[in-house]
Amino acid sequence: MSEQIAAAPVDLISLFPDQVKADERVGYEGFMVEPKALVKVVVALRDELGYDYLSSVTAADYIDDHKIEVVYHFFKSTGGTNLTLSTQVSREKAVVPTLMHEFPSMELQEREVYDMFGVEFTGHPDLRRVLLWDGFEGFPLRKDYKEAYFTAEKKPFTNRWPEGHITRAEDATPYKKNVVYPDNLKPFEEYDPSVENLLYSGMKNFLPEDQRELNTEPVMVNFGPQHPSTHGVFRMAAILDGETVMALKPVMGYLHRNHEKIGERNTYLGNIPFTDRLDYISSMANNFAYVVAVEKLMGPRVQIPERAEYLRVIMSELTRIVNHTWAIGFLLNDLGAFFTPALYAMIERELILDIFEATAGSRMMCNYYRFGGVSRDIPEDAMAKLKGLVYERLPRKIDELDIYLSENEIIRERTEGVGILSPEEAIAYGASGPVLRASGVPYDIRRAEPYGIYDQFDFDVAVRYHGDTYDRYVIRLDEVRQSLRILQQALKTIPEGPVLLKNPYNVRVPAGEAYGRAEAPKGELGFYLVSDGTANPFRYHVRSPSFINLTSLEKMSLGLKIADVFAILGSLDIVLGEVDR
Amino acid sequence: MNDENKPVEVPEELLNQVAVTSMGELASQSFIDKAYNWGRRNSVWPVFFGLACCAIEMIATASSRYDFSRFGMEVMRASPRQADLLIISGTVTKKMLPQIIRLYNQMPEPKYVLAMGACASGGGPFKEGYNVVSGIDKFLPVDVYVPGCPPTPQALIHGLMKLQEKIDSQSIKEVSWYDKENRGDPIPMPVLGPDLMDPRDFSANGKAKE
Repeated sequence: MSEQIAAAPVDLISLFPDQVKADERVGYEGFMVEPKALVKVVVALRDELGYDYLSSVTAADYIDDHKIEVVYHFFKSTGGTNLTLSTQVSREKAVVPTLMHEFPSMELQEREVYDMFGVEFTGHPDLRRVLLWDGFEGFPLRKDYKEAYFTAEKKPFTNRWPEGHITRAEDATPYKKNVVYPDNLKPFEEYDPSVENLLYSGMKNFLPEDQRELNTEPVMVNFGPQHPSTHGVFRMAAILDGETVMALKPVMGYLHRNHEKIGERNTYLGNIPFTDRLDYISSMANNFAYVVAVEKLMGPRVQIPERAEYLRVIMSELTRIVNHTWAIGFLLNDLGAFFTPALYAMIERELILDIFEATAGSRMMCNYYRFGGVSRDIPEDAMAKLKGLVYERLPRKIDELDIYLSENEIIRERTEGVGILSPEEAIAYGASGPVLRASGVPYDIRRAEPYGIYDQFDFDVAVRYHGDTYDRYVIRLDEVRQSLRILQQALKTIPEGPVLLKNPYNVRVPAGEAYGRAEAPKGELGFYLVSDGTANPFRYHVRSPSFINLTSLEKMSLGLKIADVFAILGSLDIVLGEVDR
Repeated sequence: MNDENKPVEVPEELLNQVAVTSMGELASQSFIDKAYNWGRRNSVWPVFFGLACCAIEMIATASSRYDFSRFGMEVMRASPRQADLLIISGTVTKKMLPQIIRLYNQMPEPKYVLAMGACASGGGPFKEGYNVVSGIDKFLPVDVYVPGCPPTPQALIHGLMKLQEKIDSQSIKEVSWYDKENRGDPIPMPVLGPDLMDPRDFSANGKAKE
């Protein structure tokens, strides 16, 4: 907090003495701004104070104050902690000016806030629901929204075992299903079975002005949600002129599993297994970001044993290796080298997963990190196996992937110069992780805002400068090599000792807000938490890198051939559990 | 004939390649069933269709370490028209459900559904969510449930072997897809209205049944 105050507030408040004031609620930091002055203040933040990276926007429904608060998190692309800017509007008439023209990264995120809270962003050209479908009734993350299987506001639910008998959620709802219909339900036949019209009519607005009225008919093509190259249930709608992409919209929400609503009912500890299922290829890294956020909220009273800090770093870096080899394998899949590179990548994944299974008890959903440590120590034989992997096998195998793939004629032809994202664009579009660094921005949270004990290790921030699909592929090899460097140092110096001092079933955190983030394999994974002092988070928001990296997909694809879009999508490395949450 | 039950001498090198039957077995149809099921059980092609976390374990099952092509399932088809098995590998959301049902309706008979993991079987950890369907069996007939979150590759292979057992137990005389009367209609498509609307839940005048 003190750092933030020293860096900017004086300037910001002196620049806008009437519209900006420091947020004085207990446990909150940052600034309150009038909705009317928002654009002006944000431009000043960007151009005069250097906060050029608008990482995330979300909202919180303060139902007792009849306010919805829209919260923005700014960073400097040169490093440092966050600056929080919030603006409050009434629940009945929630209108905020859009920041999409200043920060294109807001396009999808503002749609998400509209979808979940019903906040209207004036000036947003395509304000539709993004995770749910158009026509859905209600705004789910408002505090007065009750889902069909609602039992109580907070877990643990007391009515699950009344007198030793389980009660089923199905029996409590009138339709015996997970649905709730409004009172003014129209006859069934009046609902349009395809709710796509808004999407397609909206896409026409993105065509260049002179092509909207031409008599030539552009072709509308739809990919997904069932398509082998979309990495899950992702969908794209594109307007093509011949084979050239003229407009492209990502469509998501097919795996929207209501993480945030469920997360606000859960206890803090109960959310850890749910974070596993966000980016399900790299579950350990999700755990890490979440415990960083909660520990930030808990303050300095959390004691983390030294060995646990090392184990956290080791597991997180192993996850990065799993994720990147997997990403490379499936990028090659999308380029047409069907399955063979992916199979090579998966062999290494299996070996690392064996270590996860021996340590945490599960292959994929590890549920390993705890507030103040990790849940179990790594067994001795797994440690021996891990050393063999890290010192012997993995460096060799990464070189092997490099030799087989990097100089391959077809790969270079298909990826070099395709889908270029300049450094300025990458920052403006909110790209993070390998996508940002492949565009020549050496921004790595392990260096920019170190967490855990990353400041004790010697490693380079991998960076490439062309910003094309090839660089986004090569940078993953670079990052795996850096991860191995960290692992080799960590395995040499890991001390003996306990891994968790006490295992609290229920953590109570002081009231306030916190934004904790970690460098997950896919980019900046942030958790925005608001606590009201009880055992459950009042607001739980996931800033997911896959989702926000998709904002720049259209920008990169325009003017290219349709086959290149899959190469670009593969190089973005999305996971749908995290895109849709 | 007298020698109807006399065992036939098969050279050792051909033991795995010929099927031996008798007139009695042929007459009782059990040989036809055996041949019919033998062909089907060893060429169950799943749809190349992943939903969520379980899809990753499904791919791991297909890869070299577990390798379900040992069971004749190596060809995962991206088109449902060429597939026999729909593995529901992950959380079924309301927004995705119409597409899943369309996929199922597009598959030719005989077709099977395997619910992989807790979410597909009953909603799993996300059951209470407002966008989650609590189990695909609310809409599709499920043949095999595989528990786990996600099931390990071993568990999925066990589920596939259970499916093979189910195929073995079927008789060509009784299967529904050759039955002209009871061939079964396509599953009615749900509609995304203010919430998920299942046509079976609405009466003729379009009002929801309680």
